[in-house]
Amino acid sequence: MELEKLKFGTELIKRGFAKMQKGGVIMDVTNAEQAGVAEDAGAVAVMALHKVPADIRQTGGVARMADPKKIKEIIDAVTIPVMAKIRIGHVTEAQALEALGVDMVDESEVLTPADVFFHVDKRKFVIPFVCGARSLGEATRRIWEGAAMIRTKGEAGTGNVVEAVRHMRLINRSIANLKEIDEDGIHKVAEHYAGSYVKLLGDIREEAGINREITQKDVVFEEYTFEDIVEGLYRELLEIRDIQRLTVVNFAAGGVATPADAAFMMQLGADGVFVGSGIFKSSNPADFASAIVEAVHHYDEPEVIAEISKGIGEAMKGLDVFLLSEDEKLQTRGV
Amino acid sequence: MRVSVIGFQGDVEEHVIALNKSANRLHLDCEILATRKADEIEESEAIVIPGGESTTISRLIFGDKISDIIIRLANEGVPVMGTCAGLILLAREGDEQVEKTDTQLLGLMDVRVKRNAFGRQRESFQTRLNIKGIGEFDAVFIRAPAITEAENGVDVLATVDEYVVAAKQDNILAFAFHPELADDTKVHEYFLRMI
Repeated sequence: MELEKLKFGTELIKRGFAKMQKGGVIMDVTNAEQAGVAEDAGAVAVMALHKVPADIRQTGGVARMADPKKIKEIIDAVTIPVMAKIRIGHVTEAQALEALGVDMVDESEVLTPADVFFHVDKRKFVIPFVCGARSLGEATRRIWEGAAMIRTKGEAGTGNVVEAVRHMRLINRSIANLKEIDEDGIHKVAEHYAGSYVKLLGDIREEAGINREITQKDVVFEEYTFEDIVEGLYRELLEIRDIQRLTVVNFAAGGVATPADAAFMMQLGADGVFVGSGIFKSSNPADFASAIVEAVHHYDEPEVIAEISKGIGEAMKGLDVFLLSEDEKLQTRGV
Repeated sequence: MRVSVIGFQGDVEEHVIALNKSANRLHLDCEILATRKADEIEESEAIVIPGGESTTISRLIFGDKISDIIIRLANEGVPVMGTCAGLILLAREGDEQVEKTDTQLLGLMDVRVKRNAFGRQRESFQTRLNIKGIGEFDAVFIRAPAITEAENGVDVLATVDEYVVAAKQDNILAFAFHPELADDTKVHEYFLRMI
C-alpha cells in the first residue's frame, strides 16, 4: 500500500467511527470475561475500565486510566471496538491508550480530573474521543475541541436515570432555542460559551496584579486565540441550529439501569446508549445485557419492552441523586 | 418504488440521505425507508445493509427473521447493497473473528471476508479509489473488512493491496468502505440504476 496516498485520523474518519455505533449499546467492562458477555449480548463496543462507576463511588480515592495490561486483555478477547477512559485533560493517558490500540477514548468525569483548566485538544489525536456534556455549552466546547461523539454525563454509578434525562432535555431544548435567536445573538452565545477557556490567563493576570481584560488576540488555549475559539464555537452553533441536532453522534449515559431506561433515552432522541454499572451490578448480567440491547433496537415498541423486561432479575440497587451532596456528584467535573 | 435501509443499528440515516440525493439526481420516484419491520422490507425493490457492528446487526436480523426475507428477495433478483458490516453479512464465509463470535451470515455473495482486515481504528483511512463502472471515489475505511477470496461469478470492482474492497455478483453489491459518509453519491446512483 502506498502510504502517502492514505489519510489517517481525519474528522470524517473519527466522526464516521462514532456513527457506526448508532442504535447500539456500549457496555462498561472491567475484564476480558465481562467483555465476552457484552459482545455475546450484542454490544456495539465495550468501555474498558478499572472499576465500574458504582465501585469508584464506593471506594473513593483517585480514579485513573485502567491498567494497560487489563485493557490489552480486553482488546484481545473481543472483535468489537474497545474504548477506554482517561481523566479529563490527561493528554498522556490519552497518548498511552492510542499507542495501545484503543479505538476511542472517553475523556470522562467518572475518573478524577487531571486538569482544572482544560480538556484535551482532541484534534491532535488520530483516534476519536467521546466526552460527557450536561448542556449545549459543554457539548459545543467538546465538539470544537475535536470530540467525535458526545454523551450525556447523567450521574454515573447511581443507577438513576434522572440526570441523564435532565441533560438530554437541556441539550435538545437548547438546540431548538437556537432557532429563536438571530445570528448576532448566536455570536453572543458563542462568546459566552468561550468564557471557560480564559480561566488560566485570567488567574495569571490576577496573580500578577495586571488589571487587563482578555482581548480577541490573546492566545488562551493551546495555539488558539480567544477569537479563534469564539469563531469556532459560532460556526459549530450555526450548523447545530441548521441541522437541529449536534454535529456529532449524541449518546445517553450516566444512570441507565434497565431496558426501559435505555428505551426512554432513545425516545428522548439519544443516538445510542452507554450502560455502566447497570449491567454487571445487576443480578443477572448476561440477561440484562441482552435485554438492554433489545430495548434500544425496539425502543418505540412498548410491547417488546414489556416482554423483555419480564423476570430478568433485579436491577442495580441505585442511589437517590437528590440526596447526593455537590461534592459527591461527578457531573460537575469538567465544564 | 421502495428502497429499504435495514434500520437496526449503524449509519442508517446516512444511507437514507445519500439515497434520497441520488434518486433526485436520477429523477427517480423512490420512497427511501429506514425500517426493521418485516412487512415493510417485504415490499422493497432494493435493500441496503448499512455499516455498523456486524456482530450486533447479525444478531438482530437473524433474531427477528428479517434475514429470511432479505435472502428470499435477493434470490428473486432484488438488488442488495452492503457496506462495511453489510459486506460481512452478505458473504458466504467469514474469517476466525466471524466464527469466534458465531456471527451468522446471509451468504448471498460467493466470497470469504476478513473482519478488521486493515487493523483497528488507529489504522482506519481515507483513500482515492478507482471503482470499475463507477469511477474515482474518495473512500473512507473504518475498521474495515475486506474480501480475501472471491469465486468466479464475483466481479471485482476495486482493490487495496491484495484485498478486494468493492465487488458485484449479479444483483448483489458490496463495499468494504462507507460510500454513505462521502458527499459523492456516485456509488448510490450506481446501485439505484440496478433496480
